Amino acid sequence: MGFLNKLGFTKKDEDKKESVTRGLLVFAHPTTVISVEEILRDEGYTIRVVSPPPAYRTGCDLSVEFPLEAEAAITELLNSVGMAPLDVVPITSKGMEPLQFVRTTIYNDKYIMIRAANMKMTVDQETKEIVNISGGGCPDVPYLATAMLGKKLSEAPDPGEVGFSLCAYSLNTSREELIRVIGV
Amino acid sequence: MLLLAGSVPVEHLPLLIGPIEITDNGIEIKGQELPMNRGNEAMMSAACLICREYGIDAPIGMVAGDIGKREGSVAIYKHLADHLPEMDIDVMTLHYVMPDLKLNKKILETIDTMQKKPLMIADAGSMYVAKAGGDAHYYTVFTPDLGETAFLADEKADHPSFTRGFIFNMEEDVPELIRRAYASNNAPPTMFVKGKVDYICQDGVIVDTIEEPSIPTMEPIGGTGDLITGMISGLMYAGVSPLESCRIAGRVNRVAGELAQPTPASQIDTILAHLPEALQKVQKQLG
Repeated sequence: MGFLNKLGFTKKDEDKKESVTRGLLVFAHPTTVISVEEILRDEGYTIRVVSPPPAYRTGCDLSVEFPLEAEAAITELLNSVGMAPLDVVPITSKGMEPLQFVRTTIYNDKYIMIRAANMKMTVDQETKEIVNISGGGCPDVPYLATAMLGKKLSEAPDPGEVGFSLCAYSLNTSREELIRVIGV
Repeated sequence: MLLLAGSVPVEHLPLLIGPIEITDNGIEIKGQELPMNRGNEAMMSAACLICREYGIDAPIGMVAGDIGKREGSVAIYKHLADHLPEMDIDVMTLHYVMPDLKLNKKILETIDTMQKKPLMIADAGSMYVAKAGGDAHYYTVFTPDLGETAFLADEKADHPSFTRGFIFNMEEDVPELIRRAYASNNAPPTMFVKGKVDYICQDGVIVDTIEEPSIPTMEPIGGTGDLITGMISGLMYAGVSPLESCRIAGRVNRVAGELAQPTPASQIDTILAHLPEALQKVQKQLG
């Protein structure tokens, strides 16, 4: 042990090394992670959507934490559906998970607004038409607003598919909650 | 010069820099018409209206197309990092861009080299990246809404989507969120917190609140916060102090909402149309 200590390799490091059982799949866009999450959960993998480690952070990104023992199978599966990760890295600490809490406001029994993190979507409860989108700060928010406003919840593009940012991810959380509450 | 920079949702639109003109449908920069939308178009329109009312030069817009694929945002970051010293900017507002920690740090490195530094206002993606990089001290004003204030209050979050649940659930206690944001050095000297009650803060102290007129139907309308950011930008360029700019802009926005009587389905141009009249009213009220 003295020799290892001399090299700066301590018992703590040994424990850390032993505890590396999880890896991270790093992708270019947060919304790719939404599709990957769905695919891997459908296949029965135990995964978490989390923030990437500092070296990979741009300020708007998500990654997928997965069991390292399944690395070969998962990367093969993702390659086969054209969703190969940019990188796969082992991790020792837990990343932060995106916020899933939502807040609901009803206006005159007609409109329902649901906010997830910094994103709000408002829908006419009778017609199910998306009447407003507000909040957010990433460039795809005005783009998504243009694409979704005036459309019914069932017809509007899915921000998880056409968006690219964490704001789009949160907007998708609002949309999913709206569908859960009022249907499509 | 008042420089207003940010992306617009027009894919492949190259970087354009020029005076902003208000048109019937939105704004125009260098012959490129940009229809009214939440985000930079709304912010730029409000700043233009303020400059017009105060009889000062129109703001200069710096836009590039970006629908979330980063190209436009990268063009803006790079141009600013390479050319800021020669642009003679008095006030600079950075708004919707894709957060990019490394590129934003490059801009701040350039600012470090400048003798005359611009007053900087950040909102939206530009505010997210400033906070994520621990760089709030470079800026003069932030204009967060409630969800974004929770993000500023959470020293561990890199983006509002990562705000921890226990902080998100503190939103009934806005003064505590403001205290946490300042305590973790994630707020600039002046901060305007937009919400049911607007909080105006200076150096960690809440110095003013605005509650009336209360127009709850403004919250769902995309772009109402952008109008406030634009007005603060124009007012600061007109020589009004950051604190007073916040006081005026917050009141004008509410009065414009009262005049517009919007529904949750109204769009931002409905509110924008009433800004000049609202400004007159507020100026009279404030003497």
